[in-house]
Amino acid sequence: MGRYLLRRLLQLVPVFIGTTFMIYWLVWSVPGDPFAGKCGERRCPDTYIAFMTEKYQLDQPVWVQYATYMKNLLQGDFGTKFSGQSINDIILTSYPNTLKLALVALGIEAVIGLGAGVLTGLRRNGFLDNLVLISTLFLIALPIFVIGFVTQWLFGVKWGIVTPTVSSEMRFSELILPGFVLGSVSMAYIARVARTSIAENRRGDYVRTAIAKGLPMRRVVGVHLLRNSLIPVVTLLGTDLGALMGGAIVTEGIFGINGIGRQVYRAILTKESATVVSIVVVLVLVYLLMNLLVDLLYAALDPRIRYE
Amino acid sequence: MSDPSTASIVSTPRIEEPAQTGAPANAGLPESDRRNKPRGLLGDAWRDLRRKPLFWISATFILIFLVMAAFPQLFTSGDAVNGALSRSRVEPSADAWFGYDVQGRDVYARVIYGARASIVVAVISVIGTLLIGGTMGIIAGYRGGWVDALLSRIADVFFGLPFVLGAIVILTTFNGSGTSNSEWKIMGLVIMSLVVLSWPVVMRLMRSSVLATKEADYIVAARALGAGTGRIVLKHLLPNCLAPLLVYGTIMVGSFIGAEATLSFLGVGLKSPVVSWGIMISEAQNYIRVSPFLLFFPALFLVVAVLSFVMLGEAVREALDPKLR
Repeated sequence: MGRYLLRRLLQLVPVFIGTTFMIYWLVWSVPGDPFAGKCGERRCPDTYIAFMTEKYQLDQPVWVQYATYMKNLLQGDFGTKFSGQSINDIILTSYPNTLKLALVALGIEAVIGLGAGVLTGLRRNGFLDNLVLISTLFLIALPIFVIGFVTQWLFGVKWGIVTPTVSSEMRFSELILPGFVLGSVSMAYIARVARTSIAENRRGDYVRTAIAKGLPMRRVVGVHLLRNSLIPVVTLLGTDLGALMGGAIVTEGIFGINGIGRQVYRAILTKESATVVSIVVVLVLVYLLMNLLVDLLYAALDPRIRYE
Repeated sequence: MSDPSTASIVSTPRIEEPAQTGAPANAGLPESDRRNKPRGLLGDAWRDLRRKPLFWISATFILIFLVMAAFPQLFTSGDAVNGALSRSRVEPSADAWFGYDVQGRDVYARVIYGARASIVVAVISVIGTLLIGGTMGIIAGYRGGWVDALLSRIADVFFGLPFVLGAIVILTTFNGSGTSNSEWKIMGLVIMSLVVLSWPVVMRLMRSSVLATKEADYIVAARALGAGTGRIVLKHLLPNCLAPLLVYGTIMVGSFIGAEATLSFLGVGLKSPVVSWGIMISEAQNYIRVSPFLLFFPALFLVVAVLSFVMLGEAVREALDPKLR
């Protein structure tokens, strides 16, 4: 296991470099003048352009820029925006907000999705099964911004149950609605995958044996069935944390949360390439570590899967 | 395929009929008996499907949507692109069933014409994603070793990009403001970004089910009988790993239509000369309180289309999966 872990950690390095380089290349090759609109209404002075070109090595080939960027990154320096503001500050203020939102979403989708999946997988074709199937279909079918606007309007404006937007304190009660909206699609996936998986394994011989042994149903489902059916669900949940944080752009926009999604969208529109790359770097790191965790969990959950 | 004696032996999908792995066991039987007895997996699934009303309902809807996408003129003689501002946000009436949008364009005509972009983008992206992801997943899971390591790392590179974020970056680079791409090129770019960012998910799904399946007794048995790699993969591995892929694929059609709408909403996806449900929904959301019908009709079509695709997939999955029979 230790050797496997070490090998995986080493494998992370090329992936990390590949992803970040791809983003770096894409972002810096966005067509258009990087200095357009940076100096207000007038054209930027030549000295400013010369200074910035020098500072960001804009006249160098992209891999040289990338290498310099990575060198600074390893020393904990994400660089600065064109305006001189440190990107470390931006990430430090916005990142915890997004993480909080994503964790709330993950918790909501795990509890509701898994619960619905297990209940319907055990009793297929009943009323509850059809109800869950139809409601998950609607969650999947409606784009997240439609769900966001509709729930915000219904719960926040019309019925006044929650505040329509999230304050800067990010209280838990305010985050339930955005968390639900953010996790809604994954919740539907989880419910359906868990349902399929439970329904398939429900007819496995080991389940029949467990029942025949006289185990109480709770133990059969909780220990034997659930553990074998959890593998695809764990994959989804694990990879979802990264996806939720990167996918929070829309939700953060609707509910006015000052998270990285909002920052990165603003940065893409204003061509603040350094900010875009830095935020993506952070997101990619979370993604990769979560994937590693999922793979380790595979082996723990299913002894049939072996890593030498 | 429904031989009770083999069914009770293994919990994993049962062993194929001997007739399919080796010499036909019923070679001596008369011609008519032989034709009745063993069917392939697909033949069996088809027989199962034909009896399901759900399959026929969803297939009919999908057929209607496909015809709508191919020949929108059959359904409406209205103009989907040009409107008269004097009719801006006129409520639905006998003249125009679905009313007129902000620009005074006929919503009914737009919804009909919108089927093409939404469905074409979603379906092509799903096919591309399944082909690329599924192939990579089988190769990685079955070969293992350095092939697995290499393919998984490549997938990780694309997997590391969060979906919306990656799509925004790709599309602002190739389809940003100031570019003047043709209608088809915009659609191509949206499809490309959907496929590029989604195939790793399918690959992981396929890989994990191949990993769990390839140690199964019937694979070992087939190998012991001298079956080649191609045969094991196509005849044994693929049918048994296909069910989760199909479920995911059909759900994906829906989520891709939604993703296309989200990208349009953010202003980087399909753009206005193109008519799509996503564009219509994002145009409508500013008027959701005064003219909810603008949101309602494209959303209705979108939901019905998605429901049909998912129901079809569900029916196919149950038919294909011997474990659920």
